[in-house]
Amino acid sequence: MPGVSRRQPNTGKPLADSKEFTWTCPLPALTSDRILLAHGGGGKLMEQLLESVFYPAFSNPALNNRHDGAVMEVNGSRLAFTTDSYVVRPLEFPGGSIGDLAVYGTVNDLAMCGARPLFLSAGFILEEGLPVETLRRVVESMRAAAALAGVPLVTGDTKVVDKGKGDGIFINSAGVGIVETDLAIAPRSVQPGDAVIVSGDLGAHGVAVLSVREGLEFDAPVLSDAAPLWAPVKALLDAGIAVHCLRDLTRGGLASALNEIASARGVAVRIDESRVPVAEPVRGACEMLGLDPLYVACEGRFAAFVPDSEADAAVETLRRFDVCRLAERAGFVAENPAGTVLLRSRIGGNRVLDMLSGEQLPRIC
Amino acid sequence: MRYLDEYRDPEAAQAIAARIRRLVTRPWTVMEVCGGQTHTIMKSGLEDLLPPEITLVHGPGCPVCVTPLAQIDKAVAIASRPETILCSFGDMLRVPGSAGSLFDAKAEGADVRVVYSPLDALKLARANPSREIVFFAVGFETTAPPNAMAVWQAARDGARNFSILVAHVLVPPAIRAILGSPSCRVQGFLAPGHVCTVAGYEDYESIAVEFRVPIVVTGFEPLDILDGVRMAVAQLETGRAEVENQYSRVVRREGNAAARQRVDEVFEVSPRSWRGIGDIPNSGLRLRSAYREFDAEARFPYAAPEAEEPSECIAGLVLQGLKKPHECPAFGTLCTPEHPLGAPMVSSEGACAAFYRYARRQPAAAEHGEAVGR
Repeated sequence: MPGVSRRQPNTGKPLADSKEFTWTCPLPALTSDRILLAHGGGGKLMEQLLESVFYPAFSNPALNNRHDGAVMEVNGSRLAFTTDSYVVRPLEFPGGSIGDLAVYGTVNDLAMCGARPLFLSAGFILEEGLPVETLRRVVESMRAAAALAGVPLVTGDTKVVDKGKGDGIFINSAGVGIVETDLAIAPRSVQPGDAVIVSGDLGAHGVAVLSVREGLEFDAPVLSDAAPLWAPVKALLDAGIAVHCLRDLTRGGLASALNEIASARGVAVRIDESRVPVAEPVRGACEMLGLDPLYVACEGRFAAFVPDSEADAAVETLRRFDVCRLAERAGFVAENPAGTVLLRSRIGGNRVLDMLSGEQLPRIC
Repeated sequence: MRYLDEYRDPEAAQAIAARIRRLVTRPWTVMEVCGGQTHTIMKSGLEDLLPPEITLVHGPGCPVCVTPLAQIDKAVAIASRPETILCSFGDMLRVPGSAGSLFDAKAEGADVRVVYSPLDALKLARANPSREIVFFAVGFETTAPPNAMAVWQAARDGARNFSILVAHVLVPPAIRAILGSPSCRVQGFLAPGHVCTVAGYEDYESIAVEFRVPIVVTGFEPLDILDGVRMAVAQLETGRAEVENQYSRVVRREGNAAARQRVDEVFEVSPRSWRGIGDIPNSGLRLRSAYREFDAEARFPYAAPEAEEPSECIAGLVLQGLKKPHECPAFGTLCTPEHPLGAPMVSSEGACAAFYRYARRQPAAAEHGEAVGR
C-alpha cells in the first residue's frame, strides 16, 4: 500500500510525540481447523463446509440440486426424501418443543419440493439422567404434530449416551413424500421478473427460543411459529400457480434463504424492507438483543418464487390459511447483480442483504 | 414501535435530506465516531439520501476494533485455564488473537460464555463458588458503569471468585488524536450519543474550541444521523464550531451523575494502548487500587508474546477516517468476516464489516430502481 508505513502496535512512543500518525492493524489471518458453532449456523461457514467436505464426498445428481430435499424418480413416481437433526435448547419453549420441530421441519422440507409428506422416521439420542416425563411430553407433542401434518411416524431408533455427552434430547428425523406436481420446484426454475412472496411474519420462532434462554418477558408471550406448510403449498399448486421455487425460512432466516437461491440461480433478488412482515414484539426483542429479524429462524414460514402475473393470486390463496394470513409480496427477481440480494430500507436507501457470516451475536453497544 | 418508528419515518427522512441539500454549498467531510452509527448508516442505505458534497467517514468508536491484541491473547490464556469461566459480550469472541479467538478456545474446550451484562457474570460467580469467573470488560464510557457496578457489588458481597479483564477506552482523547494528526481531513464530528448519555459532553467543548471543529452529539436511528449531519453542515456553512446536542431526548450536558460517580469510584483514568496506534495518554480506565483484587491481570499474570501483523491491512487508516474500507486492496478478497485481517472486519460495529455486509457489490446509483411494486 503506497504511502502507508507500518510499525509494531503498542510499542511506539506516545502518540503526542509521534510525527507520523500511522494506524496499523496487527491481526493474523484467521484459520480454523476445527468445527466452530458457526459451521452449523446456516451461514457462510456452513456453506464452506458443504463445499469442502460433503459435496465432494457424496456428489450425485439428486444431491447436487441442493434443494431442501432430494427428488428421485422411482417406478414412474417422483419421490422426495429429506432428513434433519434437531438440537434445540431449551427442549420446550413458548409455542412448541423439539418434538414439534422434528415433525414440522422435516415435512416442511418435503413441502418445499412440492411433495405430500407420506412417512416419517425418528431417531432419538437421549442423555442419561433425562426425566422420562420430559421425554413423554416431547413425544406427545410429536404425536400431535404428526397428526396435524397428517403423516404417520413409521419407524424409529433410540440410543442413550453418557451424562454430559448430549443435551437432554437430540432427534433426527427423515421423511419420504410424493411430488404432486409436474413443475420443477427448484432454484434453477427461478426467472428474472418473478415475484418473491413471504408467507408470513418473520422471526417468532427464534425469538420464542431466545426469550427462554435470555429470560425475556413480554406482555403477551411470543409463540414459536412452528407449523406444517404442506396445506398452503398444496393450495398454491391446486390453484394452478406456476410455482418456480419454494424455500422454508429456518436457520439463517429470510436473508440466508434468498441468498442461497440468488447464488444457486445466478440472479439478483430485490426486497423491500417495509413489505416484510415482522410482529411488534419480535421487532422489539430483536432491537433489544441486537438481532436482525431478517436473519432470525422461523419454523413455519417460507418464501415462494412465482411469475409476477400470478403473484396476487398466490398471495390471496395463501392468506386463506391462518399460518399464512400475513403473506406479502415482498420483492422480485432481477438479472443483476447476479448472486446478490438487495434490500430497500425503510427510509428508502439501498443496501446488500448479505448471507449470515458466523453466529448472529448481540452487539456490544 | 414507539420511540423507534418515529426515527425511521421515510417522509421525515426525505424532508431532512432536502434541508441538507438546501444548506450545502461545497464539499464537507464529517466523521461519525461510533460504530453503532456507522452500522445504521450502512444498514439503512443512508448515504443514498445525502447530497454528493457530503462525505461521511467512519470513526474509531468500535470497542472491539481498538482492543489491543495483547488483551485478547490474555483473555484466551485466562479462558484456557481449567478453573475459569470467561464471560464476554458476543462480538469479542470472534476477534482473532495471535493464536486464535475466544471462539477457537471454546472449540478446544475452554469455558467461554456470552453474557448481556457483567452483572450476569457476577451471578455466575455466586452460582459457581468453585470456579473463577472473569468478565472481559471492553468498551467506551457506555459500558463502564455496569462494569463498575459489577466490581462494586463483588466487593460489597466479598465475591472472591470474580474479576474483570479491563480494556476500557475513552472517546475524547481519540478525537483529539485524530484532529492532532497532520493528515486529518475531518471537518466535523457526530459525537457518540450513548457515550455522552453517560459521560456528558463538557469534555467535547474544549475540543470544539481548540480545533475549531463542530461537534454534534448524535443518536443512532436513521433520522438522528440525518439530523446530526444537518446540524454539523449548518455549523460548517456558517463558520461556527460548537458542541450541539441532537440527541437531547437522551443526553444531558452533565451526563448521568450517578453512573459517573460509580465509575469514578471504581476506575481511574490511565494511559491505554489502542489497537494499531499504540499509546494515547489518559485514554483508558483501570481499576483503582482499592479494587485491584478484582483485576484479572493481577490474578492471572501472563506475558503476551509479540504478534505479527498482516501487511495488507489498512485498518488504522480506516479508523482515522483517511480511507474507506473498500479502498483497501484486501477488502472482500484477502479480508472477509470469515478470514479477517483486521478487527474492523470482525465486529458488527466495525466499519469494514458494515461495508462488507451492506455495501459490497452495490450497483451504481443509476441502477437503483423501485424495489417492489411493479
